[in-house]
Amino acid sequence: MDLGILATGGYIPRSRLQRAEIARAHAWFNPGLKGLAKGERAVANWDEDSVTMAVEAARDCLTDMDRDAFAGVWMASTSFPFQDRQNAGIVADALHLKRGLMTLDLASSQRAGTSGLSVALQTAAGSDGAILLTASEKRPTKAAGPLEMTTGDGAAAVLVGRGNVIARFLGGHTEAVDFVDHFRGEEGSYDYNWEERWVRDEGYMKIVPDAVNAVLAKAGVGAKDVDHFCFPAAARRVAGMLARKIGLPETSVADNLQAVCGETGAAHPVVMLAHAIERAQPGEKILITGFGQGCDALVFEATGALADRPAGTGVTGHLERRREDSNYNRFLALNNLMTMEQGIRAEVDKQTGLSTHYRNKDMAQAMIGGECTSCGTLQFPKSNICVNPNCGAVGTQEDHPFADKVARLNSFTADRLTFTPDPPAYYGMVQFEEGGRLMCDFADIDPDAELAVGMPMRMMFRVKDYDRKRGFRRYFWKATPVGSQKAKKG
Amino acid sequence: MASGIKDKVAILGMGCSNFGERWNNNAEDLMVEAFTEALGDAGIDKSQIDAAWLGTAIEEQHVGKSAVPLSMALRLPNIPVSRVENYCASGTEAFRGAVYAVASGACDIALALGVEKLKDTGYGGLPQRNRGSVNDLFWANASAPGSFAQLATAYRAKHGIDAGDLKRAMAHISIKSHENGSRNPKAHLRNRITEDQVMNAPMVAEPLGLYDCCGVSDGSACAIVTTPEIARSLGKTDLITVKALQLSASNGLEAQHNSWDGSYFVTTRAAAKRAYHEAGITNPRDQVSMFEVHDCFSVTELVTMEDLFISPEGGAVKDVMDGFYDADGRVPCQIDGGLKCFGHPIGASGLRMIYEMYLQMNGRAGERQRQDDPSIGMTHNLGGFPHQNVCALTIVGREGV
Repeated sequence: MDLGILATGGYIPRSRLQRAEIARAHAWFNPGLKGLAKGERAVANWDEDSVTMAVEAARDCLTDMDRDAFAGVWMASTSFPFQDRQNAGIVADALHLKRGLMTLDLASSQRAGTSGLSVALQTAAGSDGAILLTASEKRPTKAAGPLEMTTGDGAAAVLVGRGNVIARFLGGHTEAVDFVDHFRGEEGSYDYNWEERWVRDEGYMKIVPDAVNAVLAKAGVGAKDVDHFCFPAAARRVAGMLARKIGLPETSVADNLQAVCGETGAAHPVVMLAHAIERAQPGEKILITGFGQGCDALVFEATGALADRPAGTGVTGHLERRREDSNYNRFLALNNLMTMEQGIRAEVDKQTGLSTHYRNKDMAQAMIGGECTSCGTLQFPKSNICVNPNCGAVGTQEDHPFADKVARLNSFTADRLTFTPDPPAYYGMVQFEEGGRLMCDFADIDPDAELAVGMPMRMMFRVKDYDRKRGFRRYFWKATPVGSQKAKKG
Repeated sequence: MASGIKDKVAILGMGCSNFGERWNNNAEDLMVEAFTEALGDAGIDKSQIDAAWLGTAIEEQHVGKSAVPLSMALRLPNIPVSRVENYCASGTEAFRGAVYAVASGACDIALALGVEKLKDTGYGGLPQRNRGSVNDLFWANASAPGSFAQLATAYRAKHGIDAGDLKRAMAHISIKSHENGSRNPKAHLRNRITEDQVMNAPMVAEPLGLYDCCGVSDGSACAIVTTPEIARSLGKTDLITVKALQLSASNGLEAQHNSWDGSYFVTTRAAAKRAYHEAGITNPRDQVSMFEVHDCFSVTELVTMEDLFISPEGGAVKDVMDGFYDADGRVPCQIDGGLKCFGHPIGASGLRMIYEMYLQMNGRAGERQRQDDPSIGMTHNLGGFPHQNVCALTIVGREGV
């Protein structure tokens, strides 16, 4: 059986901040930003972090897949919400996967995504089950820096293993070089960068060709036969220069999504891979590179199985699921770059009892409710006694997952009294089509679009509350209109 | 079948503090203010009280836990005192305790007192607080107005009512309560308002604007109850007796079962049927003289008048706009200003409602006195959210009616 990629998924947050607005705000301070002021960057909402985005990308990747056959769930990022609590473990839990699997975080480099993919392929080669690799990034950036302009938030997921692959793995190679173009130390919240021209000339142009030439040789693929060259760095001109130097066709240089998303850090090579596979024809060769203290390079060949894959939303669909945002002040506020007077309602202590959390983890993290085996009524949360007034059976409920069910809006409001970082707070009663309901928070509501009783809603994994005092955050599921989700195909 | 509470217990005396922003008073002062009036009205000595109930909801913000705050404030002579809490229906819960104690024969005379000191919380509305360690894991980040606002969306969807028409009916409810409150010297808000003011007020939780929301206040209210026989032996005539006491608590159906459409109160309907039965009322629209309902928000009052079976389902908008519930209408609702303007010190509200019924039936309501000799009054005291609540109903009336 072939080794390679069995499925891909992507997630780009809905809000797209217009770069011209960032440049306009900083024109007095750093007029040079104007040169970067084209297009838009994806911005995670206040209740999104690298874990929630990884979960959404994974859900997209696993559309119609059997979730019981995995050997591992890995997460690559340099912006993990937890330093010591395995982030991949949260992803696996939100996906409600069995416990008997290897969860693993891959960190500390912009190469984390590609190195993770490389190791996942090696592991899956000798394993019965597939590895789900997620790569996700919500990189903190300082106001008025170039990174604020060029980066974006986003995630991708690939399911790696043996079987009916959509992209066959042809080979991989890594050059390890402690080339420090930027770093983020233990004491620092933000990246420190060295001069761009040096990074280009001594980094990209010297290290990447070595990695690519080596992998092409290993894979037995000629440079001119590459159809998709995915180089994640923000500057498009560099990818073209590399292609010329290596001998890759000019047409192979893949769109780095700078205009519509921004560079999503350690996730970006994987985002670009998923995006390339979404557009690839069978037989086409895909070369991806990850740059950071050296370079990873991997080569894949798209297969005929592509046509059989069920359509998720993908990177393409998520790029279309966009809402133009020109409010740079909100970006500053939601990324804690500005101290807002949040008012007394923000002062409520959000401590989570870890024992309470663990005991109710299936409900709160995986959105597992109950199905009464006596009368069939679905209910959330699962309870001891059936809620159906004509049943009331005791101890009859079995686990029932609600996260992927479609619900209808039953009642709602836009609340300007309760505290939320991005008012108003939208919430309401959603009712699942097969039964079950809950009063829950909503996510990504467009204030210009009308909510209406009866409209279809889907659930998304989000941060429920931040406990700023202790550095904890708890997650739950929120409802969003189905209409804000577009399929990537037809 | 239980015989019910009808005419087994009479109100011996009542008191109510001024409601409002009582910046210069502690909860203790408010309790003593209401109690002093009630004790004088009852014409008894403190030592004649056999037991007492304290109703307060957000006790951690003012008096603290247990019955001790009441016993200490009133210097009660080591009698049994219980503290009860049932969301915003805590005041009626205290009344229920005292009335049942007298009806059971365990006490000759019992005291119910409700108090809340909300204006020390630092909040404009009700204070934001945690809802329990498990609930906090998944409950929506809801405020009270945001929860009740959803009644409006569901009610509109169910009855096909235009958003503007519903908003105008809600506005009329608030205008009416301000009009009534302006005639009540103890009320928190005594200003009159116009439809323009209501319709153009800042939005709190769509579609509820500022004037669709009741005030939060400091205040206390108090009742002293006994048997009709003892009341007569103490020289009382024209007794006001308890006709019905009903309570209904949500069991999760609204929150978890798809049979509820979100446009009405399951609990209010259940409690109302039982209350009318207990009081022997067969046609409430004609038989009940007046209502004090839990108008925490204008839309709550609107749907409640249907849930109490006064307006037909979907017909409250018309009744409201026709002035049916105005002070000079067929059946006045919130003739004292309601939660909207008398104010809403949570633990006191249920008793404040009964206080108004008591004044009106005794002809002591001053400028706002109904002239049609009211004989049956009903109070509706609700706590929680539309999808998860407790509803406490009381019917009081003239003895023998």
